[in-house]
Amino acid sequence: MTELADRPTALPAATDKSDVQGTAEMRVWRGDGTTGQFVDYTVDVNEGEVVLDVIHRLQAEQAGDLAVRWNCKAGKCGSCSMEINGKPRLACMTRMETLPKGEQVTVAPMRAFPVIRDLVTDVSYNYEKMKSVPELKLAERKEGEVHRMAQEDISRLQEFHKCIECFMCQNVCHVIRDHDENKPAFAGPRVFLKYAELDMHPLSTQHGEKVAYDEGGLGYCNITKCCSEVCPEDIHITDNAIIPMKERIADRKFEPIVWLGDIRSARKDAKQQKKR
Amino acid sequence: MPGTALTEYETHDYDVLVIGAGGAGMRAAIEASKTGATVGLACKSLLGKAHTVMAEGGMAAAMGNVWDEDNWQVHFRDTMRGGKMLNNWRMAQLHAQEAPERVYELEDWGALFDRTEDGRILQRDFGGHKYARLAHIGDRTGLELIRTLQHHTMHRQVEVHMEVKIVRLLKEGKRVVGAIGYRREQGTFIVLNAKAVILATGGAGKIYKFTSNSWEGTGDGHALALWAGADLIDMEFFQLHPTGMIWPPSARGLLVTEGVRGDGGVLRNSEGKRFMFDYISEFFRAETADTEAEGDRWYDDHVNNRRPPELLPRDEVARAINAEFKAGRGSPHGGVFLDIASRRSAEDIKRRLPSMYHQFKHLAGVDITSEAMEVGPTAHYIMGGIRVDAETQAATVPGLYAVGECSGGMHGANRLGGNSLSDLIVFGRRAGLAAAEYALGLAETPKTWGGQIAPIVAETLAPFGRDTGENPYTLHKELQEVMQSLVGIIRVSSEMQEALDKIADLKERAKNISIEGHVQYNAGWGEATDVAALLDVAECVTRAAYTRTESRGGHTRDDFPATDKTYWGTVNNSLHKVGDDITITQTPLPQMPAELQALFEEVKA
Ligand SMILES: Cc1cc2nc3c(=O)[nH]c(=O)nc-3n(C[C@H](O)[C@H](O)[C@H](O)COP(=O)(O)OP(=O)(O)OC[C@H]3O[C@@H](n4cnc5c(N)ncnc54)[C@H](O)[C@@H]3O)c2cc1C
Ligand code: SF4
Ligand code: SF4
Ligand code: FES
Repeated sequence: MTELADRPTALPAATDKSDVQGTAEMRVWRGDGTTGQFVDYTVDVNEGEVVLDVIHRLQAEQAGDLAVRWNCKAGKCGSCSMEINGKPRLACMTRMETLPKGEQVTVAPMRAFPVIRDLVTDVSYNYEKMKSVPELKLAERKEGEVHRMAQEDISRLQEFHKCIECFMCQNVCHVIRDHDENKPAFAGPRVFLKYAELDMHPLSTQHGEKVAYDEGGLGYCNITKCCSEVCPEDIHITDNAIIPMKERIADRKFEPIVWLGDIRSARKDAKQQKKR
Repeated sequence: MPGTALTEYETHDYDVLVIGAGGAGMRAAIEASKTGATVGLACKSLLGKAHTVMAEGGMAAAMGNVWDEDNWQVHFRDTMRGGKMLNNWRMAQLHAQEAPERVYELEDWGALFDRTEDGRILQRDFGGHKYARLAHIGDRTGLELIRTLQHHTMHRQVEVHMEVKIVRLLKEGKRVVGAIGYRREQGTFIVLNAKAVILATGGAGKIYKFTSNSWEGTGDGHALALWAGADLIDMEFFQLHPTGMIWPPSARGLLVTEGVRGDGGVLRNSEGKRFMFDYISEFFRAETADTEAEGDRWYDDHVNNRRPPELLPRDEVARAINAEFKAGRGSPHGGVFLDIASRRSAEDIKRRLPSMYHQFKHLAGVDITSEAMEVGPTAHYIMGGIRVDAETQAATVPGLYAVGECSGGMHGANRLGGNSLSDLIVFGRRAGLAAAEYALGLAETPKTWGGQIAPIVAETLAPFGRDTGENPYTLHKELQEVMQSLVGIIRVSSEMQEALDKIADLKERAKNISIEGHVQYNAGWGEATDVAALLDVAECVTRAAYTRTESRGGHTRDDFPATDKTYWGTVNNSLHKVGDDITITQTPLPQMPAELQALFEEVKA
């Protein structure tokens, strides 16, 4: 347990901020999968409110059927991703007062996924791609024993586990953003984190980089880092997941012994499967 | 009327249908699929977004990794005492015994808990738990649980229907044989036939104005069960978490994890005083520190010191905060101060409580490493729920099971922090297994009578047909005002009578809800279907609260402040709906066997 900090115990007062009311000009995308347009609204805003609050006020007062996806309103579930003033953001974590004062606020659905209605997109692509990652298989836990892992060996992977599946990294990745044709072959940065886990879990019995190339299309990624920049959880997707996998692949390609090893273990796997 | 072919609907058949994909629902689906049963899973959001994802502090399991002295008996005793002895003892026992293995199993499936020095699962202190007992991952334990189960489910034979809102259970005679709902994305109807149905729909915080719950917490499962003839119990017990955010208004109610206090944070009033020492009840006096010095020593030595009063069970702390504020010693926006800044280093705070740091920084512009947080009680968890059998989670109608927050009994009058996540996995497994065994053992597939579907579809669509009428958002808001002001933290008979009258009035108005637009992802339609559930759940809470003429756990009566051992300590309130009427009866608590009772004698000695 940590030491009590060596500090005065006087109570620091929370800053007093009283509520101020105002209005905002909103430009919201309305439409279904085939047609749509931006519609302008003027709506009340209270101090401290986030974009999602304003959208909810629109629903309750002006546009009862405005479609928006959200759950937690606390930045924890990753449901409310949309493009606010052209940038992918979580609507529940974007405070109105952080946006340029007096200017219209544009709210649009994520661009890389098909629109269902208004701000709601069909994100099933991401769920489908996730299924391409093999199930994690850990070393067996023996009867009466528990797994032992050092904190320092799991911290890196815990970073990846912070992912709230907002799919904003998928949305900004140029490989698919305006290239639907690449989707069948490309899993995307969120899914690469999961491939990387196959290597990085201290008890893992698998490797991830080869399947990430063969099944996930890691070769399409040219390390632009747009995914890492947009991640609301600050996960270093490119530096900590993608690049290490690319390096391991490169190492292996130039190391005949490793390749031989791979072939051997592949044969062994095949034999074992036959036995079963 | 919107322009889709609404008389058509798709149909699916399963051995087991699970409604809800939080921790409880997914764990149940995994176990059911292991038996070879066909399993369907329906949830009203996307997979992985359920309310469980918000859980922060951890899951309680007596693994004894930090304190050797811990074991299931101590956990059982803490749980029963926290629940003011009204818990179903058998559920509390199974929970305490099986939680450790369920946690290790999550680890086998890829969960990465924070570690002790020697590489085992680290456990943290929480209110009401004698020893540090909560397995956790920083302050985002629910996310880890959801994601681990989600990936495990993905590789099992479970058919998932996302963004499907179930509106009614289907019955054949007395037996539940499936469910009907609509796809939120398309607005089309879907019928799911099943031999057994497991409800895992979570809580009902949205009956209150200030709540930590996500929009999903509208008590759907409670209502679906009630409408299908099942009993609900303990509905008067609603947990107010003592520390919700109170500023800014748009963040009001958002949870501030108990982990802040578990990690050393203290509550202070406007005079800077640690007021909790003034509110130690007789029931917990023997085990609570009475000086700040002892309370501070406890963090490093649990054996020779007693726990600080900031870590009393939640009902006690919530009442104390309420009293301080009422006495004029509150914070500017109507709460009290939670101070970790003066107690731990900035670095420690950021490492152990990253989400809290983030949440206050982004939403309130407050840096919790240098400023105190303003906090106040927020509606958090409903202890009451569907009455179930302790071993199998079977409800009181055949074919129906319930697990997780929508079930009742496990937590009695007050839940201990961390005991919900472990409840989900312990009883999720049991429910999945029992429902699958029941389904596979049925000689014939129960048939759904097609005639019951058309009226449900018509009723669900009726609000579209009315050009004018009530706005569902307005009705929901009015209900929240009623519950917040009249059936809140301190209750009194006259106010609850007023609440019942107002709820009756709202029910009348709800018959005339009107909504505009199309059926695709229409939030107004969602509200309209929620309102029916919310109103019945609110009535159940209020009726049960009105009837229980004593104070206990998450139910405090101004007109009956004492705890009544002789009568109310021996019965549960049980609610049932026939036609339009909700009736209430008292049923005796199951008797605890002598060897378990002995555990409580030891404490007194
Ligand atoms: C902010 C916060 C922090 C918490 N922290 C902790 C903690 O640290 N430790 C702890 O033990 N507990 C904690 N809790 C409590 C705990 O998280 C919940 O009690 C628990 O997650 C409930 O899980 P569940 O599986 O029962 O339901 P939920 O996770 O609520 O899931 C309900 C599921 O049912 C579905 N559903 C609901 N209605 C319908 C319908 N009509 N049709 C179809 N699907 C439907 C939803 O879509 C969802 O998938 C916390 C709660 C909150 C709010
Ligand atoms: S780094 Fe790779 S995955 Fe990330 S956005 Fe760029 S191309 Fe896409
Ligand atoms: S990695 Fe970051 S951006 Fe991508 S889905 Fe996860 S949280 Fe969102
Ligand atoms: S609503 Fe959950 S992240 Fe925004």
